[in-house]
Amino acid sequence: MVIPWKRLPFFAFLTLATFAFVYPLVWLVSASLKPRSQVFDNRLIPEVFQPSNYVRVWETAPVLRWLTNSLTVGFMAAAAVTLSSALVAFGFAYFRFRGRNLLFGVVLSTMMLPGAVTMIPVYLIWNQLGMIDTQIPLWAQNLFGSAFYIFLLRQFFLGIPRELFEAARVDGCGYFGLFRRIAFPLCRPALVIVFVFEFKASWSDLMKPLIYLQTPEYFTMPRGLKQIIDAFALSGHYEWEIAVAASVIAVVPMIVLFAFGQRYILDGVATTAQKG
Amino acid sequence: MATTSTPGSAPAASQDVGAPPGPEVPGGGNGAAPGGGGRRAGRPRRSPLAKQEDRAGWLFVLPWVLGFLIFTAGPMIASLVLSFTDYQMIQAPRAVGLENYRELFDDPRVLKSLSNTFVYAAMFVPIGTIVALFLALMLQRVGRAGGFFRTAFYLPEMTPAVAAAAMFLLLLNGQQGLVNKVLGWIGINGPNWTADPNWLKPSLAIVSLWTLGGTVVIYLAALNGVPKQLYEAAELDGAGPVTRLFRITIPMISGALFFTVITNTIAAMQMFDQAYTMFYGPQQKASASEESLVYMVYLFQNAFQFFKMGFASAMAWLLFVIILLITFLQVRIGNRYVYYHGER
Repeated sequence: MVIPWKRLPFFAFLTLATFAFVYPLVWLVSASLKPRSQVFDNRLIPEVFQPSNYVRVWETAPVLRWLTNSLTVGFMAAAAVTLSSALVAFGFAYFRFRGRNLLFGVVLSTMMLPGAVTMIPVYLIWNQLGMIDTQIPLWAQNLFGSAFYIFLLRQFFLGIPRELFEAARVDGCGYFGLFRRIAFPLCRPALVIVFVFEFKASWSDLMKPLIYLQTPEYFTMPRGLKQIIDAFALSGHYEWEIAVAASVIAVVPMIVLFAFGQRYILDGVATTAQKG
Repeated sequence: MATTSTPGSAPAASQDVGAPPGPEVPGGGNGAAPGGGGRRAGRPRRSPLAKQEDRAGWLFVLPWVLGFLIFTAGPMIASLVLSFTDYQMIQAPRAVGLENYRELFDDPRVLKSLSNTFVYAAMFVPIGTIVALFLALMLQRVGRAGGFFRTAFYLPEMTPAVAAAAMFLLLLNGQQGLVNKVLGWIGINGPNWTADPNWLKPSLAIVSLWTLGGTVVIYLAALNGVPKQLYEAAELDGAGPVTRLFRITIPMISGALFFTVITNTIAAMQMFDQAYTMFYGPQQKASASEESLVYMVYLFQNAFQFFKMGFASAMAWLLFVIILLITFLQVRIGNRYVYYHGER
């Protein structure tokens, strides 16, 4: 192999930058295996291995419940938003109905709206419905589609040659059939992107669980992690190793997801901006 | 309209009246006779086909329309109304006129949280843009190996903000944190990041900068879209690397730069998770200096800890107006410089 000497400075710089980005995560995993007194040392391989930190997390908090909750909420949120946004996006992409352009303008303009403006009345709605301290408010709104994903999927649907739909119509395919049999399968990569994005967003969210959940049993992983940190702060007794191990538990599922969907996710990020 | 030569596919209009088999839009009224076709005089007559398409189109977008009415439009009106009331959730809202809005400008914590948010955004957005652009330019230079680095840079973005914040509480620890140790190696005496009031906002910005990978990926994609001939032509004309950067690269990717600056600014104005995780909670630490109070944290406290729903609604509207103004300004300035690749 020829060593590209000219590029060496770039490689050196990028390697340094990579350290800055990746090392904290490596440090986190390593620290989660250390005893409390050594959490802060910068040894990558712990001097004293203490995997029992994870057992301690287990004993201190219902992490398994939190993980399951996060998975359930994430799946519901992602599935709901993918299906509904695809349906709506197809509506905007295929049909030339009256009022379409105006309505689509409204869709786009909602992207600008800060969540804070609707947050309080939406909370009051769920409160009226008796849904506080349930996980339903964390995902049910996703059944109605989400502006950004509608916009994104519409771009993909517009890319399908119209002749394909016309041919299916001629062959007797109904409108819903066009969506289910042609548009949906052809845009599977885009749908995967939407699903993964929303799953990640749902997994990371802190504000909604803070607003809607009270019983620790129902917490999602980030909400639970916040609870652990708060408990230490309240007692003044910082059990760093527990917080660190819990952080690792919150991060690892996302890393696994990234490992599997890496190409999709990265290309997805790139295309979303290009479409936008 | 192609491929109408298929036998039996008849003229277009009747083709649609005959209900196609297979799953249909629920309640789509697909087979309905073209009723009321010409009832409304004055408007141009719409063909049955067009009417049917109207109906089907609206049915498909109905979920969003419903969601918009229930969860966006309705709440927006409710929030505006609430902002003129005193509402603590125990009793019915009581109209107080402009009282909440007056309080916005009297409450020193509103102004403080607003200025904190601006300072944080003013640190994160420009530095983030420059760092991300720099990294993307480097990535592009290394060619195929760029893929590996791209993955590495994006990895932190998968970390939930709470976990990232918890981690940086330790990394930025003044005495023992890794960041200060590394700074120590190069002879810099690092500050007490998460405790020194002057360093709280930089601490928040550092956490945000760590999760910058998405922006890098976007810039890289934009850079790869710049036609190579431009550089070759410029080189022939004797343009150096700096000229090429400022005369070709940046103008050609200005669309992506513009997009990320706007979205990052909007996100920065609404930053909550990191600040709340690192500095706030039910315990309200004594060390929770006013310097770390960002706008969304104070809004959240008013709404869900002090249950001042009316005041919090007024805060929300102020934020909305500020975001609109900033975005409007950015668009005004941006439109003068942004180059769109003949897309529009």
